[in-house]
Amino acid sequence: MSGSSFEYSRATDLDDALAKGGRCNATFLAGGTDLLQLWKSGLAAPQNVVDISHLPLADISRDGDTLVLGALARLSDVSAHPDVKTHHPMICEAILASASAQVRNMASVGGNLLQRTRCPYFRDRALACNKRDPGAGCGARHGENRHAALFGSAAGCVATHASDLAVALAAFDTEITVRSTIGERRLTLQELYPLPSATAASDSSLAAGDMITAIRIHRASRFAPRSIYLKIRDRASFEFAVVSVAAALRVEDGLIAEARLAAGGIAPLPWRLRGSEAALIGRAPTEPAFLAAGEQAIEGARPLEKNTFKIPLLRNAVVRALQSVRGGS
Amino acid sequence: MSTHTNTDAAGSRNAGNPIVEQRIALAMTINGERYDLKVMPTATLLDVIRDELGLTGAKKGCDMGGCGACTVLVAGRRIASCLALAASFSEADVTTIEGVGSADRLHPMQAAFMRHDALQCGYCTPGQILSAIALLSENPRSIEEIREGMSGNLCRCGAYTNIIAAIAEVAGR
Repeated sequence: MSGSSFEYSRATDLDDALAKGGRCNATFLAGGTDLLQLWKSGLAAPQNVVDISHLPLADISRDGDTLVLGALARLSDVSAHPDVKTHHPMICEAILASASAQVRNMASVGGNLLQRTRCPYFRDRALACNKRDPGAGCGARHGENRHAALFGSAAGCVATHASDLAVALAAFDTEITVRSTIGERRLTLQELYPLPSATAASDSSLAAGDMITAIRIHRASRFAPRSIYLKIRDRASFEFAVVSVAAALRVEDGLIAEARLAAGGIAPLPWRLRGSEAALIGRAPTEPAFLAAGEQAIEGARPLEKNTFKIPLLRNAVVRALQSVRGGS
Repeated sequence: MSTHTNTDAAGSRNAGNPIVEQRIALAMTINGERYDLKVMPTATLLDVIRDELGLTGAKKGCDMGGCGACTVLVAGRRIASCLALAASFSEADVTTIEGVGSADRLHPMQAAFMRHDALQCGYCTPGQILSAIALLSENPRSIEEIREGMSGNLCRCGAYTNIIAAIAEVAGR
């Protein structure tokens, strides 16, 4: 199995990378774990592969109460980093629930956020997919849609977002630094992942030539004692989420002062559960509040023929995640 | 230390090919030997190791990063060499199964795999052993962590129980 031919070049520095990446039909190579799969499947056919993997953008550091991840930091380096383990355990859990050790040793955090959907209709060129081939139709909508989204879908696409890390980051105040030849800008995670257009052709708001250079997670350490990334999947390891829940609470004087909840596997983007959060605030961290949060999470779900099971699964996953963090660590 | 080139191993395979394609010059250390290579931009590390250098221990199973048969170590860390673009691995220090132990002096992990009968057909075994060696450096604290840590290596014969037992013995768990 092999994809189309391309020219390879190694970026000498960031400006060189941005100049080369801004050319027509160029793509950046970081960890390569998604790009090579897409290329081998004929889903990516770049003419120029610009290798950025050697640029000095892999630092992991803390700036006050902000965790700063260089975009080229490997997943395994982030999850093994003492500061991340201590202050952001949910990020470690999300990463360790992702892929395999081999893939985590290669994959970058920036690339992880930009990975393409695992919808089988997208990944197989023999099947109809608007995301891959706008106008071709969505085979999943009336086909094998067990994996499909419950929320946020565009008319022409029911795919879900695949990243676990993005779900954890969606629960926190996360800022993405993006560079291009035009300059630097900072996006919230919501700005990186807007609700999809009708065909959902792109998975993020980034344009060709844009590069994520850093991820900043602000003031999240206060949630460290009560946070979890709960991932439900079809096998115990090395599998994408059917449903996942990132949950973080801050309890003050026996009442929930702050709640952060996001879910994966149910929408084309990491799905913040603001209704569930609101249902928890000011209440005791006990069953009635958790059940209310679970009910709020499924409000407005729009299932297809084969994914209705995800509705109770999501509700129960929210409840279980909250049950497991209530006592704190 | 001698230096090898890939024309040593594979000859000029493309000499008759009229299409001029980019070749990228790079140096790599593989199993302690220095190699000066010229690789296609599209070649994976696995392609180079197997087809250019004739080191066929690493296997092309799924070729999509899912089975672990292509596992090699780079600077001691396990990766899926089928998802690694060779050109990106200039100056890398690569270990394949050919660089682990020898017939009369097995690596402790190889010896444990034999004692525990941790294979049937053997196709996945090079990847399993390299992955297991890298896992030891990650300090797994329990059988559960060993099982989780080995989830990137599939065994279609289903020798998992014995594979985990072999690794647990070497890990002292």
